[in-house]
Amino acid sequence: MSHLLETPLSAWHKAQGAKMAPFAGWDMPIQYEGILLEHAHTRTAASVFDICHMGEFTLSGAGAAAALAQAVSHNLETLAIGKCRYGFLLNDEGNVLDDLIVYRKGENDFMLVVNGACEASDFAALAARMPAGVQLHNISAQTAKIDLQGPLSVDVLEALLQENFHDLPYFSFRSTSFAGESLLVSRTGYTGELGYELYLPWDKALDLWQALLTDARVKPAGLGARDTLRLEAGLPLYGHELDTAHNPTEAGMGKMLSSKANYVGKAGASAVRQVLLPLKLEGRRAARNGDSLALPDGTAVGTITSGSFAPSLGYGIAFAWVDAAHAAQTEFVVQTARAGLPATVTSLPFYTAGTARIALA
Amino acid sequence: MSNPAELLYAKTHEWARVEGDEALVGITHFAQESLGDITYVDLPAVGDVVTAGEDFGSVESVKAASDLLSPVSGEVIAVNEALEAAPETVNAAPFTEGWMLRVKLSAPATGLSAAEYEAVCAAEAH
Repeated sequence: MSHLLETPLSAWHKAQGAKMAPFAGWDMPIQYEGILLEHAHTRTAASVFDICHMGEFTLSGAGAAAALAQAVSHNLETLAIGKCRYGFLLNDEGNVLDDLIVYRKGENDFMLVVNGACEASDFAALAARMPAGVQLHNISAQTAKIDLQGPLSVDVLEALLQENFHDLPYFSFRSTSFAGESLLVSRTGYTGELGYELYLPWDKALDLWQALLTDARVKPAGLGARDTLRLEAGLPLYGHELDTAHNPTEAGMGKMLSSKANYVGKAGASAVRQVLLPLKLEGRRAARNGDSLALPDGTAVGTITSGSFAPSLGYGIAFAWVDAAHAAQTEFVVQTARAGLPATVTSLPFYTAGTARIALA
Repeated sequence: MSNPAELLYAKTHEWARVEGDEALVGITHFAQESLGDITYVDLPAVGDVVTAGEDFGSVESVKAASDLLSPVSGEVIAVNEALEAAPETVNAAPFTEGWMLRVKLSAPATGLSAAEYEAVCAAEAH
């Protein structure tokens, strides 16, 4: 096997008999007991996910806010301290180099969370956009990330940390401590359920992971369930729904481009050549990444980016890039290697009963 | 789960249970475990002809789709219709309730013994 990076939890996953596979250069758990079971448990109880492969940067110093507003698409004017926001790192053409969350810890003090596969290239792109006096640091090697997701996650977190988190709204975060070490608790996630993303020192990750799992309501979930959960929630995956051939508007996220700053790629971020359509299939058969999308008459007009049987819905769902000329079309056929599957355009999220946004306070 | 000694096996992880001039066909425990949660099974129609070593359908799991290769030759005389609504039966009981086809044999069935098949699995597991 080629050299794969290991998280502080890799040995634990293997000892549990998890199916492991390479992801973004890391040896990651795909499943423990089974994708469907882990998916259902996350929708009904609470699951922990090892997300240590993702990258974290800090940005600080006088002028950091102004420099960041020029470097990414996020609207920082309306981002209060203690809040975080989703957005994009664009190239000069306005296409997507990565999607990332910006955490505002102070007026000029930020944390950026990026995809593992993009960590090195994101850091280089951001560094090139930073003026003297602003400090950009890559803290990925010291920073572990564990996601606690599911409707019971607030109860689990409160029981473990003996602290109230009902008052922490969606896309908000605060610092606390676990076993004497700093722990950043962010009410965010990638499953469509109520949940938290937990950041802490790399060498404390195993302690927190095991402490969370002492709660009988919590099970570990792998990247397999993470993918079906995020797809049902209608959330994009970089490299599938987002890439350097498309801009955020094409990906259906033009409304997020509210920043008044003249950020890199702004001019090209709104041109629409293709559109990302959410599709519902008729039966249990799944479309897969790379399958061709055709009009009912067989004319090829697009490509599937992600597709799966949706465990919480009982039918196949998918995203596809379609040429803008056919954006108003509602009926398509997915050409898989084995069959032609009728597909209908639907609305997002695919799964509408998720608890991610519920008010707890 | 052990591989029943009375079955014949294909290197491609299907099994055949020969009963007179008929055979039941399914996939092995090793196959279902490699595939993970099965979400769809595409089977031929009753009356279709299957040929040993050639594809007779496909199986989809959450992560992938795979062809099914017939371990025997003959005419399909029944398919397991319960798998349409409950494909997870293949995961739960691959050698029994998760059977896929009943075939009227047109040629004597051949295949690996359980011991020979286990050697194939051991080699693939590395």
